[in-house]
Amino acid sequence: MCTYATIRTEIDGSAKGPGSSWTHVTDATVYFDHPVHAAAEHTLNIDFVDPARGPGSRVAVELTAASARELVRAIEGALASAPAELTV
Amino acid sequence: MSDALTAETVTLPGADGDLIEAYLARPAGTTRRGGVVVIHHMPGWDRGMKEITRRFAELGYDAICPNLYVREAPGAAPDDAAATARASGGVPDARLVGDVAGAAAHLRALPTSNGRVGVIGYCSGGRQTVLAACHLDVDAAVDCYGAFVTGTPPEGFPLQVGNLVDQLPELRTPLLGLFGNEDRYPSPDDVDELERLLTAHGKTFEFHRYDDAGHAFFSNDRPSYRVHAANDGWERVAAFFTTHLGTPRTTDPAGS
Repeated sequence: MCTYATIRTEIDGSAKGPGSSWTHVTDATVYFDHPVHAAAEHTLNIDFVDPARGPGSRVAVELTAASARELVRAIEGALASAPAELTV
Repeated sequence: MSDALTAETVTLPGADGDLIEAYLARPAGTTRRGGVVVIHHMPGWDRGMKEITRRFAELGYDAICPNLYVREAPGAAPDDAAATARASGGVPDARLVGDVAGAAAHLRALPTSNGRVGVIGYCSGGRQTVLAACHLDVDAAVDCYGAFVTGTPPEGFPLQVGNLVDQLPELRTPLLGLFGNEDRYPSPDDVDELERLLTAHGKTFEFHRYDDAGHAFFSNDRPSYRVHAANDGWERVAAFFTTHLGTPRTTDPAGS
Protein backbone atom coordinates (compact mmCIF):
# COMPACT_ATOMS: atom_id res chain seq x y z
CA MET A 1 0.00 0.00 0.00
CA CYS A 2 0.91 3.59 -0.37
CA THR A 3 -0.37 5.20 2.80
CA TYR A 4 0.17 8.73 1.48
CA ALA A 5 -0.14 9.91 5.10
CA THR A 6 2.51 12.53 5.76
CA ILE A 7 3.24 14.46 8.94
CA ARG A 8 5.40 17.56 8.79
CA THR A 9 6.95 19.29 11.73
CA GLU A 10 9.31 22.19 12.16
CA ILE A 11 12.60 21.34 13.80
CA ASP A 12 15.80 23.17 14.57
CA GLY A 13 19.12 21.40 14.37
CA SER A 14 21.73 20.01 12.04
CA ALA A 15 22.19 16.82 10.08
CA LYS A 16 25.11 15.29 8.27
CA GLY A 17 24.25 14.04 4.85
CA PRO A 18 25.16 14.38 1.19
CA GLY A 19 28.88 14.80 0.62
CA SER A 20 29.54 14.16 4.33
CA SER A 21 28.82 17.79 5.05
CA TRP A 22 26.78 19.20 7.87
CA THR A 23 23.69 21.23 7.14
CA HIS A 24 21.15 23.14 9.16
CA VAL A 25 17.70 21.49 9.03
CA THR A 26 14.40 23.24 9.66
CA ASP A 27 11.75 20.67 8.75
CA ALA A 28 11.09 16.97 9.25
CA THR A 29 8.67 14.98 7.13
CA VAL A 30 7.52 11.71 8.67
CA TYR A 31 5.55 9.02 6.87
CA PHE A 32 4.97 5.27 6.82
CA ASP A 33 5.22 3.99 3.28
CA HIS A 34 7.32 2.06 0.80
CA PRO A 35 11.04 2.65 1.28
CA VAL A 36 13.41 3.51 -1.52
CA HIS A 37 16.28 1.44 -0.17
CA ALA A 38 15.46 -0.47 3.01
CA ALA A 39 14.68 -4.17 2.56
CA ALA A 40 11.13 -4.06 3.89
CA GLU A 41 7.76 -3.56 2.23
CA HIS A 42 6.97 -0.58 4.41
CA THR A 43 9.08 1.59 6.64
CA LEU A 44 8.83 4.63 8.84
CA ASN A 45 10.57 7.31 6.83
CA ILE A 46 11.95 10.60 8.05
CA ASP A 47 13.27 13.33 5.80
CA PHE A 48 15.30 16.05 7.48
CA VAL A 49 15.46 19.09 5.25
CA ASP A 50 15.98 22.78 4.91
CA PRO A 51 13.67 23.63 1.99
CA ALA A 52 15.77 26.69 1.21
CA ARG A 53 18.71 24.44 0.36
CA GLY A 54 16.80 22.42 -2.22
CA PRO A 55 15.72 18.79 -2.57
CA GLY A 56 19.24 17.39 -2.82
CA SER A 57 20.13 18.51 0.70
CA ARG A 58 17.71 16.00 2.21
CA VAL A 59 18.94 13.62 4.91
CA ALA A 60 16.68 10.58 4.89
CA VAL A 61 16.25 7.49 7.05
CA GLU A 62 14.01 4.47 6.46
CA LEU A 63 13.32 2.33 9.54
CA THR A 64 11.30 -0.80 10.08
CA ALA A 65 8.26 -0.18 12.27
CA ALA A 66 9.84 -2.04 15.21
CA SER A 67 13.11 -0.14 14.96
CA ALA A 68 11.27 3.17 14.62
CA ARG A 69 9.48 2.44 17.89
CA GLU A 70 12.81 1.52 19.50
CA LEU A 71 14.21 4.81 18.29
CA VAL A 72 11.30 6.73 19.78
CA ARG A 73 11.92 5.00 23.12
CA ALA A 74 15.64 5.72 22.89
CA ILE A 75 15.04 9.39 22.16
CA GLU A 76 12.56 9.70 25.01
CA GLY A 77 14.96 7.86 27.30
CA ALA A 78 17.90 10.06 26.41
CA LEU A 79 15.87 13.20 26.94
CA ALA A 80 14.52 11.90 30.26
CA SER A 81 18.04 11.11 31.51
CA ALA A 82 19.18 14.70 31.18
CA PRO A 83 18.46 17.44 33.73
CA ALA A 84 15.09 18.91 32.91
CA GLU A 85 16.42 22.43 32.69
CA LEU A 86 18.71 21.43 29.84
CA THR A 87 15.98 19.94 27.67
CA VAL A 88 13.40 22.70 27.57
CA MET B 1 10.47 -7.38 -35.99
CA SER B 2 13.51 -5.43 -34.84
CA ASP B 3 14.13 -5.11 -31.13
CA ALA B 4 16.08 -1.87 -31.58
CA LEU B 5 14.84 1.18 -29.74
CA THR B 6 15.98 4.61 -28.66
CA ALA B 7 15.40 6.34 -25.35
CA GLU B 8 16.09 9.91 -24.31
CA THR B 9 14.84 12.78 -22.19
CA VAL B 10 12.85 15.38 -24.08
CA THR B 11 11.24 18.66 -23.12
CA LEU B 12 7.59 19.39 -23.85
CA PRO B 13 4.91 21.88 -22.82
CA GLY B 14 2.79 20.61 -19.95
CA ALA B 15 0.11 22.28 -17.85
CA ASP B 16 -0.05 26.06 -18.28
CA GLY B 17 2.58 25.79 -20.99
CA ASP B 18 5.29 25.01 -18.44
CA LEU B 19 8.19 23.18 -20.03
CA ILE B 20 8.59 19.79 -18.38
CA GLU B 21 10.98 16.94 -18.99
CA ALA B 22 9.82 13.51 -20.09
CA TYR B 23 11.50 10.19 -20.81
CA LEU B 24 10.71 9.06 -24.35
CA ALA B 25 11.34 5.54 -25.63
CA ARG B 26 10.63 4.61 -29.26
CA PRO B 27 11.00 1.51 -31.36
CA ALA B 28 13.32 1.86 -34.33
CA GLY B 29 11.80 2.15 -37.76
CA THR B 30 9.00 4.13 -39.35
CA THR B 31 6.03 1.82 -38.83
CA ARG B 32 2.99 3.70 -37.59
CA ARG B 33 2.06 2.74 -34.06
CA GLY B 34 0.15 3.73 -30.97
CA GLY B 35 1.56 5.73 -28.09
CA VAL B 36 1.58 5.13 -24.34
CA VAL B 37 1.83 7.75 -21.61
CA VAL B 38 3.32 6.21 -18.46
CA ILE B 39 2.34 8.04 -15.26
CA HIS B 40 4.98 7.35 -12.67
CA HIS B 41 4.33 6.08 -9.16
CA MET B 42 4.50 8.16 -6.02
CA PRO B 43 8.24 7.42 -5.54
CA GLY B 44 8.77 9.40 -8.69
CA TRP B 45 10.43 9.46 -12.10
CA ASP B 46 12.87 6.72 -11.22
CA ARG B 47 14.78 3.92 -12.89
CA GLY B 48 11.89 1.47 -12.52
CA MET B 49 9.46 3.77 -14.31
CA LYS B 50 11.96 4.37 -17.10
CA GLU B 51 12.42 0.60 -17.47
CA ILE B 52 8.67 0.24 -17.83
CA THR B 53 8.64 3.00 -20.44
CA ARG B 54 11.32 1.20 -22.44
CA ARG B 55 9.34 -2.02 -22.17
CA PHE B 56 6.41 -0.36 -23.92
CA ALA B 57 8.79 0.62 -26.72
CA GLU B 58 9.91 -2.99 -26.86
CA LEU B 59 6.24 -3.93 -27.19
CA GLY B 60 6.03 -1.66 -30.21
CA TYR B 61 4.71 1.64 -28.86
CA ASP B 62 6.11 5.13 -28.69
CA ALA B 63 6.13 5.60 -24.92
CA ILE B 64 6.66 8.65 -22.77
CA CYS B 65 6.90 9.21 -19.04
CA PRO B 66 6.68 12.84 -17.91
CA ASN B 67 8.44 13.92 -14.73
CA LEU B 68 5.51 15.13 -12.64
CA TYR B 69 7.80 16.47 -9.92
CA VAL B 70 10.09 18.56 -12.07
CA ARG B 71 8.60 21.86 -10.93
CA GLU B 72 9.16 21.13 -7.23
CA ALA B 73 12.59 19.62 -7.69
CA PRO B 74 14.28 20.37 -11.02
CA GLY B 75 17.37 18.28 -11.52
CA ALA B 76 16.99 16.45 -8.21
CA ALA B 77 17.48 12.73 -7.74
CA PRO B 78 14.13 10.90 -8.08
CA ASP B 79 13.90 10.00 -4.38
CA ASP B 80 14.69 13.56 -3.30
CA ALA B 81 12.15 14.91 -5.80
CA ALA B 82 9.50 12.52 -4.50
CA ALA B 83 10.21 13.56 -0.91
CA THR B 84 9.92 17.22 -1.87
CA ALA B 85 6.67 16.66 -3.77
CA ARG B 86 5.21 14.71 -0.86
CA ALA B 87 6.16 17.42 1.63
CA SER B 88 4.55 20.08 -0.55
CA GLY B 89 1.23 18.26 -0.88
CA GLY B 90 1.63 16.22 -4.04
CA VAL B 91 0.63 16.96 -7.62
CA PRO B 92 -2.52 19.08 -8.10
CA ASP B 93 -5.10 17.32 -10.26
CA ALA B 94 -5.44 20.12 -12.83
CA ARG B 95 -1.69 20.24 -13.33
CA LEU B 96 -1.58 16.46 -13.78
CA VAL B 97 -4.21 16.60 -16.49
CA GLY B 98 -2.29 19.34 -18.29
CA ASP B 99 0.99 17.46 -18.12
CA VAL B 100 -0.56 14.24 -19.44
CA ALA B 101 -2.27 16.22 -22.21
CA GLY B 102 1.12 17.61 -23.20
CA ALA B 103 2.68 14.16 -23.21
CA ALA B 104 -0.16 12.71 -25.30
CA ALA B 105 0.12 15.59 -27.78
CA HIS B 106 3.86 14.97 -28.05
CA LEU B 107 3.19 11.33 -28.94
CA ARG B 108 0.54 12.18 -31.50
CA ALA B 109 2.87 14.67 -33.17
CA LEU B 110 5.50 12.00 -33.81
CA PRO B 111 5.72 10.96 -37.47
CA THR B 112 5.17 7.33 -36.44
CA SER B 113 1.92 8.00 -34.56
CA ASN B 114 -1.24 6.20 -35.64
CA GLY B 115 -3.23 8.75 -33.65
CA ARG B 116 -4.02 6.49 -30.73
CA VAL B 117 -2.71 7.06 -27.23
CA GLY B 118 -3.17 5.00 -24.09
CA VAL B 119 -2.39 6.00 -20.53
CA ILE B 120 -1.09 3.72 -17.79
CA GLY B 121 -0.19 4.64 -14.23
CA TYR B 122 1.06 2.94 -11.11
CA CYS B 123 0.28 3.66 -7.44
CA SER B 124 -0.69 7.36 -7.28
CA GLY B 125 -0.35 7.26 -11.07
CA GLY B 126 -3.21 4.74 -11.17
CA ARG B 127 -5.60 7.28 -9.76
CA GLN B 128 -4.10 9.94 -12.03
CA THR B 129 -4.67 7.68 -15.03
CA VAL B 130 -8.39 7.50 -14.27
CA LEU B 131 -8.41 11.25 -13.71
CA ALA B 132 -6.73 11.88 -17.08
CA ALA B 133 -9.11 9.50 -18.82
CA CYS B 134 -12.07 11.48 -17.45
CA HIS B 135 -10.77 14.71 -18.97
CA LEU B 136 -8.63 13.90 -22.00
CA ASP B 137 -9.23 12.38 -25.39
CA VAL B 138 -7.30 9.13 -25.02
CA ASP B 139 -8.03 5.68 -26.38
CA ALA B 140 -7.30 3.35 -23.45
CA ALA B 141 -6.46 3.64 -19.76
CA VAL B 142 -4.82 1.23 -17.31
CA ASP B 143 -5.09 1.78 -13.57
CA CYS B 144 -2.50 -0.23 -11.64
CA TYR B 145 -3.53 -0.21 -7.98
CA GLY B 146 -4.40 3.46 -7.76
CA ALA B 147 -5.77 4.54 -4.37
CA PHE B 148 -8.59 7.03 -3.85
CA VAL B 149 -10.34 6.59 -7.16
CA THR B 150 -13.10 5.57 -4.76
CA GLY B 151 -12.98 5.55 -0.98
CA THR B 152 -12.28 8.47 1.29
CA PRO B 153 -8.85 9.78 2.18
CA PRO B 154 -8.25 9.65 5.96
CA GLU B 155 -9.01 12.69 8.07
CA GLY B 156 -6.14 15.14 8.15
CA PHE B 157 -4.88 13.79 4.85
CA PRO B 158 -2.16 16.17 3.71
CA LEU B 159 -2.03 15.53 -0.03
CA GLN B 160 -4.26 17.44 -2.43
CA VAL B 161 -6.24 14.34 -3.28
CA GLY B 162 -9.92 13.54 -3.24
CA ASN B 163 -11.66 10.57 -4.76
CA LEU B 164 -12.88 10.63 -8.36
CA VAL B 165 -16.41 9.36 -7.79
CA ASP B 166 -18.09 12.50 -9.12
CA GLN B 167 -15.89 12.45 -12.22
CA LEU B 168 -16.39 8.82 -13.22
CA PRO B 169 -19.45 9.60 -15.39
CA GLU B 170 -17.00 11.50 -17.64
CA LEU B 171 -14.69 8.53 -18.17
CA ARG B 172 -14.11 8.53 -21.93
CA THR B 173 -12.23 5.37 -22.61
CA PRO B 174 -12.08 1.66 -21.83
CA LEU B 175 -10.40 1.02 -18.48
CA LEU B 176 -8.23 -1.93 -17.46
CA GLY B 177 -7.71 -2.23 -13.72
CA LEU B 178 -5.07 -4.41 -12.04
CA PHE B 179 -5.21 -4.80 -8.27
CA GLY B 180 -3.70 -6.83 -5.44
CA ASN B 181 -6.14 -8.41 -3.00
CA GLU B 182 -3.79 -7.73 -0.10
CA ASP B 183 -3.64 -4.01 -0.84
CA ARG B 184 -5.32 -1.59 1.56
CA TYR B 185 -4.97 1.50 -0.64
CA PRO B 186 -6.98 0.62 -2.68
CA SER B 187 -8.68 -2.07 -0.63
CA PRO B 188 -10.73 -4.84 -2.25
CA ASP B 189 -13.81 -2.95 -1.03
CA ASP B 190 -12.61 0.18 -2.85
CA VAL B 191 -12.21 -1.87 -6.02
CA ASP B 192 -15.68 -3.37 -5.53
CA GLU B 193 -17.09 0.14 -5.29
CA LEU B 194 -15.30 1.22 -8.45
CA GLU B 195 -16.65 -1.82 -10.24
CA ARG B 196 -20.20 -0.98 -9.13
CA LEU B 197 -19.91 2.65 -10.18
CA LEU B 198 -18.47 1.87 -13.60
CA THR B 199 -21.20 -0.67 -14.18
CA ALA B 200 -23.87 1.82 -13.13
CA HIS B 201 -22.44 4.42 -15.51
CA GLY B 202 -22.35 1.93 -18.37
CA LYS B 203 -18.57 2.16 -18.81
CA THR B 204 -16.38 -0.41 -20.54
CA PHE B 205 -13.89 -1.90 -18.12
CA GLU B 206 -11.94 -5.04 -17.29
CA PHE B 207 -10.55 -5.74 -13.82
CA HIS B 208 -8.10 -8.40 -12.68
CA ARG B 209 -7.32 -9.01 -9.03
CA TYR B 210 -4.46 -11.06 -7.71
CA ASP B 211 -4.23 -13.12 -4.55
CA ASP B 212 -0.86 -13.09 -2.77
CA ALA B 213 -0.24 -9.59 -4.11
CA GLY B 214 -0.55 -6.21 -2.47
CA HIS B 215 0.41 -2.77 -3.62
CA ALA B 216 3.18 -2.19 -6.19
CA PHE B 217 3.38 -5.79 -7.39
CA PHE B 218 4.91 -4.61 -10.68
CA SER B 219 7.90 -3.00 -8.92
CA ASN B 220 10.61 -5.58 -9.48
CA ASP B 221 13.15 -3.72 -7.35
CA ARG B 222 11.00 -3.82 -4.21
CA PRO B 223 9.88 -6.53 -1.78
CA SER B 224 6.31 -5.92 -2.98
CA TYR B 225 7.14 -7.49 -6.35
CA ARG B 226 4.99 -10.54 -7.17
CA VAL B 227 6.16 -12.36 -10.24
CA HIS B 228 2.89 -14.13 -11.00
CA ALA B 229 0.77 -11.01 -10.74
CA ALA B 230 3.30 -8.92 -12.64
CA ASN B 231 3.69 -11.40 -15.49
CA ASP B 232 -0.05 -11.89 -15.85
CA GLY B 233 -0.56 -8.14 -15.57
CA TRP B 234 1.92 -7.41 -18.34
CA GLU B 235 0.09 -9.89 -20.57
CA ARG B 236 -3.25 -8.20 -19.80
CA VAL B 237 -1.83 -4.78 -20.52
CA ALA B 238 -0.25 -5.92 -23.79
CA ALA B 239 -3.51 -7.47 -24.96
CA PHE B 240 -5.55 -4.43 -23.91
CA PHE B 241 -3.31 -2.00 -25.76
CA THR B 242 -3.22 -4.24 -28.84
CA THR B 243 -7.02 -4.07 -28.90
CA HIS B 244 -7.36 -0.35 -28.32
CA LEU B 245 -4.21 1.17 -29.78
CA GLY B 246 -3.41 -1.23 -32.59
CA THR B 247 -5.42 0.24 -35.42
CA PRO B 248 -4.99 3.76 -36.79
CA ARG B 249 -7.42 6.34 -35.55
CA THR B 250 -9.61 7.64 -38.33
CA THR B 251 -10.62 10.95 -36.74
CA ASP B 252 -8.38 13.87 -35.95
CA PRO B 253 -7.77 13.72 -32.17
CA ALA B 254 -7.07 17.43 -32.03
CA GLY B 255 -10.49 18.19 -33.45
CA SER B 256 -12.56 15.71 -31.49
